Amino acid sequence: MNILELLANDYTLRVVALGSAMLGFVSGIVGSFAVLNKQGLLGDAISHASLPGIAIMFLLIQTKSTELFMLGALIAGLTATALINAIVKYSRIKVDSAMALVLSVFFGFGLVLLTYIQKIPNANQAGLEKFIFGQASTLLRRDIYLILIIGLILMSLTIVFWKEFKIVTFDADFADSIGISSKRISYILSSMIVLSIIIGLQSVGVILMSALLVAPGVAARQWTNKLSVMIVLAGTFGTVSGLVGTIISSSMQKMPTGPSIVLVISFIVFVSMILSPSRGILWRYVRQIKHQSDINEDQVLLNLYDLAMNHNNPHHSHNIAAIEPMNTQGGKKLKQLKYILGNLQAKALVKEEQLDGWSITEEGLNYIMKHPMRKEENDVTSN
Amino acid sequence: MSKEVEFVVEVEDMTVAYHVKPVLWDVDLNVPKGVLMAIVGPNGAGKSTLLKAMLNLIKPISGRVLFNGESYETQRKHIGYVPQRGSVDWDFPTTVLDVVLMGRYGHIGWIKRSSSKDKELAMIALKKVAMEDFSNRQISQLSGGQQQRVFLARALVQDADIYFMDEPFQGVDAKTEKAVIEILKELRKRGKTVVVVHHDLQTVKDYFDWVTLINTQLIASGPVEDVFTEDNLRKAYRSTGKILKG
Repeated sequence: MNILELLANDYTLRVVALGSAMLGFVSGIVGSFAVLNKQGLLGDAISHASLPGIAIMFLLIQTKSTELFMLGALIAGLTATALINAIVKYSRIKVDSAMALVLSVFFGFGLVLLTYIQKIPNANQAGLEKFIFGQASTLLRRDIYLILIIGLILMSLTIVFWKEFKIVTFDADFADSIGISSKRISYILSSMIVLSIIIGLQSVGVILMSALLVAPGVAARQWTNKLSVMIVLAGTFGTVSGLVGTIISSSMQKMPTGPSIVLVISFIVFVSMILSPSRGILWRYVRQIKHQSDINEDQVLLNLYDLAMNHNNPHHSHNIAAIEPMNTQGGKKLKQLKYILGNLQAKALVKEEQLDGWSITEEGLNYIMKHPMRKEENDVTSN
Repeated sequence: MSKEVEFVVEVEDMTVAYHVKPVLWDVDLNVPKGVLMAIVGPNGAGKSTLLKAMLNLIKPISGRVLFNGESYETQRKHIGYVPQRGSVDWDFPTTVLDVVLMGRYGHIGWIKRSSSKDKELAMIALKKVAMEDFSNRQISQLSGGQQQRVFLARALVQDADIYFMDEPFQGVDAKTEKAVIEILKELRKRGKTVVVVHHDLQTVKDYFDWVTLINTQLIASGPVEDVFTEDNLRKAYRSTGKILKG
């Protein structure tokens, strides 16, 4: 099946993909600040907490209306945020426990309400459970407009408050000291997180929405050390996962959108964690090995230098057994020592005078003279 | 105190508590203009808390602070602050120059961006702390001493009259310590007032001309030669039973 063809011919899919892409972009941007603020869990708490808001709104109006559901979710999300802040402020419960508490209580209550709703005789309730895992194909044109509008608002806020977001995220105390209220900025940021969760509830669902917030920022951080690049990259990763996830979900029967989007963004995170040149696990490993071998080479060269200093002629050659006695009992270690000496010879720091007889070169001496590990008492210049 | 002395900072009846335990209790403190003052006391004596409460970063239970006889809000632009180096995440994705530019944010105002003039000032400040070659460096690559100098540069671009510094000598190399104290002395020469939370009793006499000893309560405050006495130190460090003065 050709995906491009599918996109070109299927109007519904086009609408839905556009919405998911915008959603991914915005959550990537907003979520980046949450990641840098170490507030990744806040999104999770808020999105879970919005479920009872949706359910209560349905009970009130007895019909399905995305806008009013979003309003219900918004109220529930803000209530949850306020509650978390209040618990932290007025009790000695720490913020992570407060979040876990609010998350589970609200979500549990939401599930109870949903079960109750499914039992009442009202045909309209069908599909309400889609909010748990998300179903992008239920998005209507109107819903997409709403996502676009809120997305644009969130993007503008990011641009307008760029400097303030940056300083409060980096150093809240200093921000306060110069009159940029970290409290006010945090409220704006939290509200932005709530808003981006709200617009994602229908297509990604309450359980997995936080992944779309946090994961793009985490992946983007791997590739750059510049805040602006990180934000744009996070937006891009979000867009890609929104788009691809939606397409996967619509090409498979009964596949909810949330999980498929999360799978795509998880893949991006995984690749970023392994392959990023500066922070990736793979390159760090490679650098470590390189570093280790440099140290080993230095040690061998130092030993050779120490031996040479015991002779009048510094270029006197020494048998391999003298250079590193512990390593010449044969086997792997001997091979390694020969390999290191070979490397040193390639750098012209040592020379093989005869079979297994090695000496330090003029260049090797120069290198050692600048080496911090050299013992002072062997200093030729001080004699 | 005689009336002629001009106090740039006046703290009255300051009491601060985290939950129930008081960290600062009824502290009255006056800082004269143009001094280099150390706040000294044992661990947990409330040194950093005093600094933060003065800057309105912690809400005290009671008490008030006046700067040049006015409230913090109106005097904000004349006040510079160097937080503890360990209080921020140095893995934040930004550069040295960007951090120093943050010192200008209070002058720039909401929403507007830093100008080329701000960048110029930031570079001058970086030069003063001998970090101009690092302006484009990632802050995660800095050593502890370099981090401290960047924070100092950020305070310098604030172009303040009163500076508050929280442990600027904490865990820095000897070279940085010397560079920092040179800058502090230069600030004093220019008529600025500098208040420093300080840990090392042995350097108090060399670095500072004014000292405040606290241990939850104010023990003593005044010129180093009058106040930094064996007797006062014993009072301040009584709870730990250890005199660290060398």
